[in-house]
Amino acid sequence: MQAQDAVRFVVREARLLDEKRFEEWYELFAEDGHYWVPAAPGQTDPHLHNSLAYEDRFLLKLRVERLKSPLAYSQQPESRCLHVLQAPEVEQASAEEFLVRTPFLYTETRGDDSQRYAATAWHTLVVRNQSLRIKLKRVDILNCDAMLPSIQLFL
Amino acid sequence: MGRYRDDPQALLALVEDDRVHRDVYTDPEVFQLEMERLWSRSWIYVGHTSQVPNAGDFLTLDIAGKPVLLVRLADGGVRLLMNRCAHKGSKVVYAPSGNAGKTFRCPYHAWTYRLDGSLAMIPLKEGYAGTRMQEKGLAAIENLETYRGFVFARLSDRGLGFREFFGDSLSSIDLLADRSPEGELEITGGCLRYLHNCNWKMYVENLNDTMHPMIAHASSAGTAKRLWEGQPADRPKPMAVEQFVPFVNGYEFFDQMGVKVYPHGHGFSGVHFSIHSAYSPIKEYEEAMRSAYGEERAKQILGTVRHNTVYYPSLTIKGAIQSIRVARPLAADRTLIESWTFRLKGAPESLLARTVMYNRLINSPMSVVGHDDLHCYRSIQEGLAGDGNEWVNLQRNYDPSEKEKSEAVANGTSDLSMRNQFRAWRELMAA
Repeated sequence: MQAQDAVRFVVREARLLDEKRFEEWYELFAEDGHYWVPAAPGQTDPHLHNSLAYEDRFLLKLRVERLKSPLAYSQQPESRCLHVLQAPEVEQASAEEFLVRTPFLYTETRGDDSQRYAATAWHTLVVRNQSLRIKLKRVDILNCDAMLPSIQLFL
Repeated sequence: MGRYRDDPQALLALVEDDRVHRDVYTDPEVFQLEMERLWSRSWIYVGHTSQVPNAGDFLTLDIAGKPVLLVRLADGGVRLLMNRCAHKGSKVVYAPSGNAGKTFRCPYHAWTYRLDGSLAMIPLKEGYAGTRMQEKGLAAIENLETYRGFVFARLSDRGLGFREFFGDSLSSIDLLADRSPEGELEITGGCLRYLHNCNWKMYVENLNDTMHPMIAHASSAGTAKRLWEGQPADRPKPMAVEQFVPFVNGYEFFDQMGVKVYPHGHGFSGVHFSIHSAYSPIKEYEEAMRSAYGEERAKQILGTVRHNTVYYPSLTIKGAIQSIRVARPLAADRTLIESWTFRLKGAPESLLARTVMYNRLINSPMSVVGHDDLHCYRSIQEGLAGDGNEWVNLQRNYDPSEKEKSEAVANGTSDLSMRNQFRAWRELMAA
């Protein structure tokens, strides 16, 4: 695996979300992978400090399944999202693991509502069965400690 | 001038024993009157003393639209001050929290105040000689009470005393604090700040509305239940599954939970058990509790697993998992809900991890449970404009004799807690 594979992975990951291909997106996570959105700038601990989200594969599966449910009333009408990425930078690389930093602008809409966030994604990618998988996707929302409305999809 | 301000009878007529008029949720004038009356005459939760542990520590917030600051004094006490400089009116501190050192200094002209709010210094003070300026400090809110670390304030001179207002409902705060083997709590882990596009009362009423979880949360908790089904019986159940799945228990479960109300709007559901009753035991913690309190008292504390207790109108607590949610109304159709978590002093950190997980699964702006709740609140806020019916129904299990009782227990799916809140609303909204 080369650094450019890690970059391509991050770009594709965002595209899967924007195209709402959530089941394919879910498969990008390693068995022990996590998706983390801290609630405080510089937060170091997901367990003893509150987070906006800290999800293992079970909880991500729950979100993905829920989005398909006709009983998910908050998805009537459905939300849409778009990630506009700055060029991902590989911060650390070894044969087994990459850390990629990607600033991005995120828009989520639902009906007449639209919200926008500036954020930085930190992907820790690992090689499993000859392919890259997400060990941790950490998303630092610039104003993560602000009063926030419902954010229903994935940054 | 106003339709309700000038017509006290019309205002009180919005609330009947078993139904309320839509204007209590949607009308900006009613909201303004609520801030001036209900939210000023009742005891509003300010914060917890563990947030200001050292002299000079402060936190800032708005109560009933007024900027206030809570400060720890050098003598160990706390004070609540209007965050408004006596000179031109600037807030003297702006950060959500911090340490002021020994004084508050206004950033505009350096008028300086001691921690107790008294005026310490004005630059070139002689320039005021012979004027009618009175040396005023920051106005202090005199009606301030601390109960087991929970700080409450009543802004208005009018209103009941602290003990009279809360009465025996304070038992829920005791049960929360007593869950610490040392009997002490510490707020930790930051705060989740979730903007609700609805009137504050929809949130407060929902906490003991036990007819909604199995419907509104079918897509989230119901999916968790389905995903876990078929797992081998010996596979340990993840904490997230334990926390989600009881939301979709049946009507019978919630009905048998029971609801209890106290005078002045307070009350709780989960008289007999609750959605938190079946969590896996944490052995090390239970041992710490037994050695702190003795077998019998420990059993009593841990066996009392109330669902939500409402300290009307601002504070809602979940003692069984040591978290609180605080309503901070912003407008008739906008409310900030703050969710905080506690460390139980002397308890293992796994207890803190449990409440932090619950808080992000249920109370975060990214919570799949919250998403459906908020969808319903907003939908009510918009749907109430519909004509043909101006009233909101509170009639489930209505018993005309209930208002004569000072405390009452009912089946858990009764609307009793909502009717009780609106009885308090009428008391507190009188001109």
